[in-house]
Amino acid sequence: MTESKVLSLNALSKRFGSVVANDAVSLDLHCGEVLALLGENGAGKTTLMNMLFGHYMPDGGSIDVASPDGEMQPLTLGHPQAALSAGIGMVHQHFTLAENLSALDNITLGSEPLFALRRDRAGARAKVQGIMDRTGLVAPLDTPVGKLSVGERQRVEILKALYRDARILVLDEPTAVLTPQEADTLFENIGAMTGDGLAVIFISHKLREVLAFSHRIAVLRHGTKVGEIATSDADERVIARMMVGEDTPVTQRDAMTPGAPVLTLSGINVRNPSGRDSLTDVNLTVHAHEILGIAGVSGNGQSALASVISGLRRPDSGSIHVDGDEILNPDPKTMIKAGVGRIPEDRHHDGIVGAMSVAENMVIERLDDPEVQTNGLMNRSAMAANAENLSQAYDVRGPGINARARLLSGGNIQKLILARVFEQGARLILANQPIRGLDMGAAAEVSRRLLEARAAGAGGLLISEDLDEILGLADRIMVIHDGQLTEVTSRNREDIGLKMAGEHT
Amino acid sequence: MMDILQILLSESFWAASLRIATPLIFGVMGALLCEKSGVLNLGIEGIFAAGAMCGWMAVWLGAGLWGGALIAALAGAFFGLIHGILTVPLGLSQHVSGLGVTLFATSLSYFTYRTALPNVSSPPRIEPFRALDIPLLSDIPFLGPVLFQQTAMTMLALLVVGLVWYVLNRTALGVALQAVGDNPDSVDAQGLSVYGLRIGAVMVGSSLMALGGAFLTMSAFDAFFFGMVNGRGWICIALVIFASWKPGKALLGALLFGAFDALQVRLQTEVGAMVPGQVFLMAPYVLSIIALVVAARKAEYPRALLTPWFKGQR
Repeated sequence: MTESKVLSLNALSKRFGSVVANDAVSLDLHCGEVLALLGENGAGKTTLMNMLFGHYMPDGGSIDVASPDGEMQPLTLGHPQAALSAGIGMVHQHFTLAENLSALDNITLGSEPLFALRRDRAGARAKVQGIMDRTGLVAPLDTPVGKLSVGERQRVEILKALYRDARILVLDEPTAVLTPQEADTLFENIGAMTGDGLAVIFISHKLREVLAFSHRIAVLRHGTKVGEIATSDADERVIARMMVGEDTPVTQRDAMTPGAPVLTLSGINVRNPSGRDSLTDVNLTVHAHEILGIAGVSGNGQSALASVISGLRRPDSGSIHVDGDEILNPDPKTMIKAGVGRIPEDRHHDGIVGAMSVAENMVIERLDDPEVQTNGLMNRSAMAANAENLSQAYDVRGPGINARARLLSGGNIQKLILARVFEQGARLILANQPIRGLDMGAAAEVSRRLLEARAAGAGGLLISEDLDEILGLADRIMVIHDGQLTEVTSRNREDIGLKMAGEHT
Repeated sequence: MMDILQILLSESFWAASLRIATPLIFGVMGALLCEKSGVLNLGIEGIFAAGAMCGWMAVWLGAGLWGGALIAALAGAFFGLIHGILTVPLGLSQHVSGLGVTLFATSLSYFTYRTALPNVSSPPRIEPFRALDIPLLSDIPFLGPVLFQQTAMTMLALLVVGLVWYVLNRTALGVALQAVGDNPDSVDAQGLSVYGLRIGAVMVGSSLMALGGAFLTMSAFDAFFFGMVNGRGWICIALVIFASWKPGKALLGALLFGAFDALQVRLQTEVGAMVPGQVFLMAPYVLSIIALVVAARKAEYPRALLTPWFKGQR
């Protein structure tokens, strides 16, 4: 590792509306160095890298990149083309590949003159082959990318950057989509590349690979850089503490004696062909007067778990009991009837029908209720009265009950969903990331309502990536990792953080 | 049965098939280029009319035949630009914009015709493209009359098929076009302009559609009539799906349709007494629907077709 600087980010800031995604973040990167950028979801890692690559225009700050002869020069911001020609390559979490083209075409795309009559395929192939030989990043060049495995596609993405002589490579959660074996190969390849002087930034929240493969670690939390440490000085505890912070806002939660089980999952298995978002032998019980928190890094099976409980997905094996009764053929309607209230993860997409009115959305899960319809005709005055009452009680603010629901803000959409769920007297509240993206006021309201339902005798299942939220609301905590649930008895953030990262200590 | 066989073996039948297919070949290549880039262009029917009108009127005003073809292509590019701006940077519904362009281009053509020639009952005729007579080639038995005694525009249409295939499969531009129709992010991440590629493809594609229209007034007939496009544009949209977005298959589809049409004209005279003529007129369309049902199940759609892309939203 040489000491020459290749990149410096100077006090970069970015706001989206009222949300501060990055607040004056500065970073340096040196030739041949692997820098790991760590942080929880929403900490601002991807935003930072998107500014570096010109996808976002920063609101403040500047970027300097070393030219090939080592001189630091300011980078034109907001233009991917400028970043590319300055030698910055980025591998996005969602690949930017044309699946109908071969790997070779994807690699050369944009680096040949567009209006030439012929293409130098042989020359391009020789150059790619040279890079593959040097780095060990091997991918079939002539197969359409749509037929390649995820690992191969990622190698094509990296080859794209190296083909353009990138000297700085940004990898956004490169191992999130890889099997452990593919991940190990990737880091071997990265080792070979940095040997040639390439500088690498990789975004991750897996502590193990960060400690094993990086030289330096920078940690972001809530959009600011909270620390930077040489990997040789770091261990898991130090990093976990930096990532999750030590400030714990305490929500008032009275102790309660759990009642009878309201939801029992036994031996639930869900298999996905891709291997991601599966569940393996999941057992859990939620009691009345109790909130069970499911902590975990996203993509570890949370959405499969939520789909199973809301009846959207039938498990491959295992049984589901709600309020003591086994649900034999789970579908969304059966689950709602059985008493499952659902606060979905994607509230805009799965929580409301945006084109329908607020009043309609409030009764949409009980359309056969005689209160709102007779002989198939909707009782509009009853719906309006219902909507007025609920808007009042749950403080749903917007252009009115006849306005289309998509016109509401995120917080008000969430309150609309809360009104619908809690007014049905649900026995079990399935809350999947209920607070993410909400402002403080709406978040507090969601927490208060969850605790209220718990006091009234419902059970809660809270799925969240935010440890503060789990620690504030949950009576018991389980960690989901790679589709498996483990109960944690300790309420120590570091212990939970380690389990979330898949460590068994 | 003998009659059909006799028809199928005759030179004049195959020559007619290729002639009837020519506007479809232009149109289907144009639609294919647009859709390969991710933009459905339902303006095709109107762009045909605009091409037919502009080409013919330019010749009538003294532009010469190739001058007329050039004017027609430019008119097509103009309507392509309108559709492109509406659907690409503005991201409006491609269906609505395309149908709007069809209505607009058709009406504007009729309007221009009526304004230029307010008091005529039959349109003035021009001297259209003549059938070529290429020494040696035209004298080859069977192939000569079928392929080489066509007009220059038919030759141009066949040339365009080869050109479209070459550009799509052998040039960097074609690779970029295919990429932008599959995943615009791939193009953007490599520093190319998604908007530029898509609008360019729609403009060039629309010029080809207009040439298809110009063939009608400058080669097949010698004047402009209302309603002369008669659904040819829509047939092209169907043929692209039938062809699974492949230029060679698209040529085949256009020829098949031409052959059905040529066949029905001949059968009509043979057995017209027994069966109403409308049945024969309908036959090519029925057959194209059946072909579509069979072929469309396996068609490989450009993945980003109909999906607008906006800069900075990922």
